[in-house]
Amino acid sequence: MGILLFLIPVSLALGGLGLAAFLWSLRNRQYDDPEGDANRILSKEWDDRPKP
Amino acid sequence: MSAATASISACPACVAAPTAEDIAAHAARGRDAGLILSLPTAHCAVCISDVERALESMPGVASARVNLTLKRVSVVAAPEVTADQLVARLDAIGYPAHELDPGLLSSTETDRRSRDLLMRVGVAGFSMMNIMLLSVAVWSGAEAATRDMFHWISAAIALPTLAFAGQPFFASAFASLRARRLGMDVPISLALILASAISLFETFKGGEHAYFDAAVSLCFFLLAGRYLDFRSRAAARSAAEELAALEVPRATKLEGGEEKVVPIAGLAPGDLVRVRPGGRMPVDGIVTEGASEIDRSLLTGETLPVAAGVGSVVSAGEVNLTGPLTLRVTAAGKDSSLHRMADLVAVAENARTRYTSLADRMARAYSPSVHLLALASFTAWFYLTRDLRLAVNVAAAVLIITCPCALALAVPAVVTAASGKLFRKGFLIKDGTALERLAEVDTVVFDKTGTLTVGEPEPVGLMDRPRAELELAAALAGASAHPLSRALAARLGAEGIRPAPVEDIREVPGFGVEGRWQGRRVRLGRAEWLGVEPGERTATWLSTGQGAPVELAFADRPRPGAHQAVSGLRAAGKRVILLSGDAEVPVAALAATLGIPEWQSAMRPEEKAARIAALTAEGRRVLMVGDGLNDTAALAGAHVSISPASALDAARTASDIVLLGQDLAPLSEAVRIAVAARRRIKQNFALSLAYNLVAVPVALVGLATPLIAALAMSTSSITVSLNALRLR
Repeated sequence: MGILLFLIPVSLALGGLGLAAFLWSLRNRQYDDPEGDANRILSKEWDDRPKP
Repeated sequence: MSAATASISACPACVAAPTAEDIAAHAARGRDAGLILSLPTAHCAVCISDVERALESMPGVASARVNLTLKRVSVVAAPEVTADQLVARLDAIGYPAHELDPGLLSSTETDRRSRDLLMRVGVAGFSMMNIMLLSVAVWSGAEAATRDMFHWISAAIALPTLAFAGQPFFASAFASLRARRLGMDVPISLALILASAISLFETFKGGEHAYFDAAVSLCFFLLAGRYLDFRSRAAARSAAEELAALEVPRATKLEGGEEKVVPIAGLAPGDLVRVRPGGRMPVDGIVTEGASEIDRSLLTGETLPVAAGVGSVVSAGEVNLTGPLTLRVTAAGKDSSLHRMADLVAVAENARTRYTSLADRMARAYSPSVHLLALASFTAWFYLTRDLRLAVNVAAAVLIITCPCALALAVPAVVTAASGKLFRKGFLIKDGTALERLAEVDTVVFDKTGTLTVGEPEPVGLMDRPRAELELAAALAGASAHPLSRALAARLGAEGIRPAPVEDIREVPGFGVEGRWQGRRVRLGRAEWLGVEPGERTATWLSTGQGAPVELAFADRPRPGAHQAVSGLRAAGKRVILLSGDAEVPVAALAATLGIPEWQSAMRPEEKAARIAALTAEGRRVLMVGDGLNDTAALAGAHVSISPASALDAARTASDIVLLGQDLAPLSEAVRIAVAARRRIKQNFALSLAYNLVAVPVALVGLATPLIAALAMSTSSITVSLNALRLR
């Protein structure tokens, strides 16, 4: 059962990482235009970096 | 523009967390150089790159970004770039666009609230997953100290999460309690609070069952439903804002002989205003200078333009056709006839009996019964066992199981799916219950001008005329911007008629065009000007200088898809009626073309409204489709109403659904989707009630474990969402 002492904090930290990533993407307005973003991957422009 | 605002406008997407300053800067950017255009036809990756490339290649444009979800493009450009230039550029590459007023699109507030809700969904989802991991261990047999530790960790995650993510429910439950009502949020908050309190107590006592996972997943599913609901409402609201923003309220004011563009709000009676050909009257006024023709079709439904000269009275909303006019303002803004009409509409809307949505009716019956059920189980168990802890536990289990998770998802999931479908077909739903009301429709009333027809005339029987006349007409028509001339020139150009060599062509505003050809004076214009009696039909007259002038008649063209819409609705068993303010001849002709058996012509606005009221009194559910100011009262009085985006402000305000594209064909499809959506909503209610029927007895007899609660809750929510996605 001693393994739990590592695994629980690890699982919480990983979950927290996911949450942080979600909050970051939310604040960067990545959910403002889901349909447009889905279509933009089909175009060859801005393939090297995102359009500002 | 200062350097600071320039840096912000260069990268609007980088503003991470908008502080008050940022929002202010955003608003300032909107006024200075941000232009927003509506792009109703954009739909794919090619559209995005076409539009962005076209706009960014224009001088002065810093950046352009298409938002495909909202079908808009926001452009950052130097102050000298106007929206008209952008619209013209987009029109040239085949994308019709309208300017939107960025000041009216207060998207920041909606944005902030939707992102706030989404953040709560994310936090609740994160906690739910972690607590579920721990709960799985407990369900699979963790005991004694391990179980207690897992319960404590769950509590440490769940309590802050509920305090943060549950706020929307607590706030609205508190508000409804203060108003002495029981909304859906009261049982929700009660379940959340009771479940976490009991679980905390059980954890203290080293008990077996803790409902932290149930409480948090409840919160997650409910928030997801709330978010969908908010999004569709926000889409409706922004649609309304977008439409208000379609008509940018500006006027050209004459001050000491100089022209100045001012907002309409800044005009006062007595001011002089210049209206160019093609422009819309911004105010009520009297013509002091100039002569022209005026198109009043949006106000009255008549297709024939009327002449206007010095002393004519014009109303806001009429369109100036041929010559520039100078008006002395008699009433502007809130006092103008346009606004008085809009006020009438507001009154009519208030009078319309408030429609109770399916979800409201459900909530009204559901909340009290849930509370009674929980109270009854608590009393019964306490009476039978004298065990307070057990009785509270059972009552909490009942509240958690009956918590309207699936019910809260039932409507928003379907409405989101349906309005997304309708949006792709070109329908913007302005009102939350419009979809449900559309599903009940059995009678469809159409307006003619601008609704079933394009509102643009087309020449009829033109090609029967001698070629010489046609060449002459082409030469004269090409010199004028009058809609009849333009239609004539376009048609003749398409038929390959070359203009005759006419000299000295000049336009006489308000009358027509004249020139010299083979030494004779030739004219194209109004019947009176050429000295003949005007007929019933829309027509322009051509004088070749020899013999009597000839009539070139026009008819309004049916809107594309009008035929399919009418036949589709009739095939679906709807009664279709045409009510028009226009004269009998064109109305009868159109009714015959489209196959509408019931029609009435020369109707005044109040007669239209009365007809709708009479139909409603017969027990009919009327869908009114109209665009003019003369339709607004009828639109507001009907069970549900649709107007095209080209309609006047007041008409769009009065209607529940706006048709963005030109094509009417999706109309019957929209009715079908609404009926299907209503069926799905009812199915969803049945599904979640069925799940309650099974689970509640289990909870009542005290057999509900946290595992059963979690399973039942997730499966019902997922079934309901999947059922919503089945909408075709």
